[in-house]
Amino acid sequence: MYVAVKGGERAIANAHAFLAEERRGDPAVAELTTDQIRGQLRLAVNRVMAEGSLYDPDLAALAIKQSRGDLIEAVFLIRAYRTTLPRLGSSRPVETGAMACVRRISATFKDAPGGQVLGPTFDYTHRLLDFKLLAEGGVPDAPQAVASTALTPHITAFLNRDGLIQDEPACDTTPPDLTREPLELPASRALRLQALARGDEGFILGLAYSTQRGYGRTHAFVGELRIGMVAVTMEIPELGFAVDIGEVEITECETVNQFTGSKTEPAQFTRGYGLVFGQSERKAIAMSLVDRALRWKELGEDFTGAPAQDEEFVLSHSDNIQATGFLEHIKLPHYVDFQSEMELVRRLRTGAMQPQEAAV
Amino acid sequence: MSGRKIFAENFSDEAQTKEEFSPKILGSAEPLLRVQLLTKLYGTRIGCADVSFDLYPGEVMGIVGESGSGKSTLLSCLAGHMAPDAGSVVFQTKAGPRDTVTMSEPERRMLGRTDWAFVHQNPRDGLRMGVTAGGNVGERLMAVGARHYGGIRAKATDWLGRVEIAADRIDDRPSAFSGGMQQRLQIARNLVTGPRLVFMDEPTGGLDVSVQARLLDLLRGLVRQMGLSAIIVTHDLAVVRLLADRLMVMKSGRVVEQGLTDQVLDDPQHAYTQLLVSSVLQV
Amino acid sequence: MTAQEYNFAYLDEQTKRMIRRAILKGLAMPGYQVPFASREMPMPYGWGTGGVQVTAACLVPEDRLKVIDQGADDTTNAVSIRSFFQRTAGVAVTEATADATLIQTRHRIPEAALTEDQILVYQVPIPEPLRFIEPREVETRKMHALEDYGLMHVKLYEDIARHGQIATSYAYPVQVEGRYVMDPSPIPKFDNPKLSDSPAIQLFGAGREQRIYALPPYTKVVSLDFDDHPFVASKAEHDCDLCGSDASYLDEVIVDDSGGRMFVCSDTDHCGGRVALGHRGRLSPARAEDAA
Repeated sequence: MYVAVKGGERAIANAHAFLAEERRGDPAVAELTTDQIRGQLRLAVNRVMAEGSLYDPDLAALAIKQSRGDLIEAVFLIRAYRTTLPRLGSSRPVETGAMACVRRISATFKDAPGGQVLGPTFDYTHRLLDFKLLAEGGVPDAPQAVASTALTPHITAFLNRDGLIQDEPACDTTPPDLTREPLELPASRALRLQALARGDEGFILGLAYSTQRGYGRTHAFVGELRIGMVAVTMEIPELGFAVDIGEVEITECETVNQFTGSKTEPAQFTRGYGLVFGQSERKAIAMSLVDRALRWKELGEDFTGAPAQDEEFVLSHSDNIQATGFLEHIKLPHYVDFQSEMELVRRLRTGAMQPQEAAV
Repeated sequence: MSGRKIFAENFSDEAQTKEEFSPKILGSAEPLLRVQLLTKLYGTRIGCADVSFDLYPGEVMGIVGESGSGKSTLLSCLAGHMAPDAGSVVFQTKAGPRDTVTMSEPERRMLGRTDWAFVHQNPRDGLRMGVTAGGNVGERLMAVGARHYGGIRAKATDWLGRVEIAADRIDDRPSAFSGGMQQRLQIARNLVTGPRLVFMDEPTGGLDVSVQARLLDLLRGLVRQMGLSAIIVTHDLAVVRLLADRLMVMKSGRVVEQGLTDQVLDDPQHAYTQLLVSSVLQV
Repeated sequence: MTAQEYNFAYLDEQTKRMIRRAILKGLAMPGYQVPFASREMPMPYGWGTGGVQVTAACLVPEDRLKVIDQGADDTTNAVSIRSFFQRTAGVAVTEATADATLIQTRHRIPEAALTEDQILVYQVPIPEPLRFIEPREVETRKMHALEDYGLMHVKLYEDIARHGQIATSYAYPVQVEGRYVMDPSPIPKFDNPKLSDSPAIQLFGAGREQRIYALPPYTKVVSLDFDDHPFVASKAEHDCDLCGSDASYLDEVIVDDSGGRMFVCSDTDHCGGRVALGHRGRLSPARAEDAA
């Protein structure tokens, strides 16, 4: 005998309890602390801050703990929290030229003022699992040197001095805020960069990779990659001057790309730009490649049909919270619509089979 | 004897405005289309410069020249696909004369759905390849409010017949058609709502000779039956000989000779026209 | 974070104002998709954030809220959304359509006729009716602005040419007051007639796609069709096996593994109400008692 399906509320409550138990895991094993996550899974924390568009390593660590390590789920928690925060104002643009670089490299020049500083990078490690890490143990202190106070000007400034690379025209217009206004196409470069900065690392990585393989080729060189702390400065109207309100760690990448020029206009290199919270190199570099690919129109290039050049495609699908929400929504009940599709298919099949039967 | 004029490389405006062209038999006093000093530049390079002419209802104008002469640029500017740098294109809409260069996009798009039609050189540019032949022909009807499926289908079938496509192909996609059939389908799709002015860009380009001949015959018949005005761009003098009442010869973006087709082709005055005419194989 | 630390119905007043402006614009241009700055909500995009934001912007403390999904109050997502508003707004909730002042729904319109005192909020996944014919937003925006809907009818023509009938069974496109073509959200086409001339205010929220649209009361809404292939609001040819209704939309339920099926009203409140009034269907438990 049919009993109408009930008990959704109880099912949800039980599911949440089961989830909490799974999150904690074996009670005999020490519980993860957010300090551990913040300190020892720093790159995960960075990604969550970047895609959550919120610089707060403690909150990001908490989100990672709550989401059981699912970083997109953690980004979701941060985004939902961010929405509730009051807006106090906007800072001045950060001065990345004054960054205290912990890492700074350039592929375009062997050396430059400020030097090539490798910093804490995986780049030249051998990817061999280190079984020593299974046990806890001390790590020997890394050798120290006196911190350099040398200026580290942007490499592209040198190219710019000789006119070899296109200028980035200064602009004081406040860009629209994607979290406060709906996305409108066509988008300005500022809006595109904003979307890319908070876009899914995997998606943007894939698009960037595609540009290196011929889908909208831009011949990118890493002009400069720098990672370090920058001061955040804000005008305080009541005081009448600007105050440093804190500092954030960011990754900045400038790529030097294929030159443009013609018989009438001298050749110049073109640029791509990436800027991300925390040490997030892969994302920053990928972002600059995709930024450059999306600039085809203003640089007078052809649209070759490459996905990375298609502004609407890139910007509509780069937000992983939108993407996962819609993807996973197909788990929700759809039986009403499915019912109407079934009725339609049944009707069409009856219609199609009748002439066959009549022929027989 | 009127209707013919030769232009030196640098002609004067005065000579142009004193032009007299005989209106077509369907005889309206007002030109359907009046083009004045239409100019399009690409930096310092001339796309087309200072083109002027009148087109009367029922007239077919041919524009000929070699590649690079500016004829395709001219057609794009006339049809509203490209914005000219100077000049006007005044069309007699149902609501009176309007300069289509200064029209808003919505108005231009409406014009493109009703009074105007554009036949592309490559039929794939003028058809929906993922839609059946019937759907392609019916689209303009539906866009202006046709809501009876049977009626739309009947009209589509009728038009397929008029362009010599078998009625049983109505549910086939254009990708299943030969190049000549695709071109005829494109023509049907454009003419089904009875536009008053048709632009054609190399309508027989890419088709083999016998297919071309059949298409030209078809076009000639339709143009006469429907009293269409048309502007046809082509490099093929046989096309203009068969279809066009009048002719403009273009070189380096400028009109070097215009007049009645037969007169210009049989007795070309400008050196370039003479070159064009003489280089056509006499069959 | 406890519920007390949030504003009434979760959204801050600025945000609610922004959403209300979008709603008013939508009501002034029935069927037109108004862009709005959708907020990140605590439930995922695609799970009703648009509907939740519209509801949050409309709720007042005196409201009685009903939330349904697939026509039922007890489906998991409806439960989740209803409890969200209980926590953040503290409004009274109800399962009875007639008692509700605001109804948020996914994929169905309630069977009971609505009144002028009610607001119906629809959850919308893809607001653009032309989306699957023309993927580019820049182009579809132009088509709406220019009333260039030929392509929509071409799609219906193609359906008939291929299948003999229009092959859309849900999210069936409609034209509003003879102007905008609109997607009524993935309701079965059986529900389409209820859209037109409703005494209630109907609001449509698409959070991820950032659009709001609306139908003010007593608006003319016509399902697209051809004169000789008219729109039919069809449903399964059965009666409800629990309450006997022959006029309500039915869910098909598989009851055993030899393909046995039964049909029950998708609208649980409607069905329960009929049963309470004594109506019976083929498989009603009470039938045996009647016979005794």
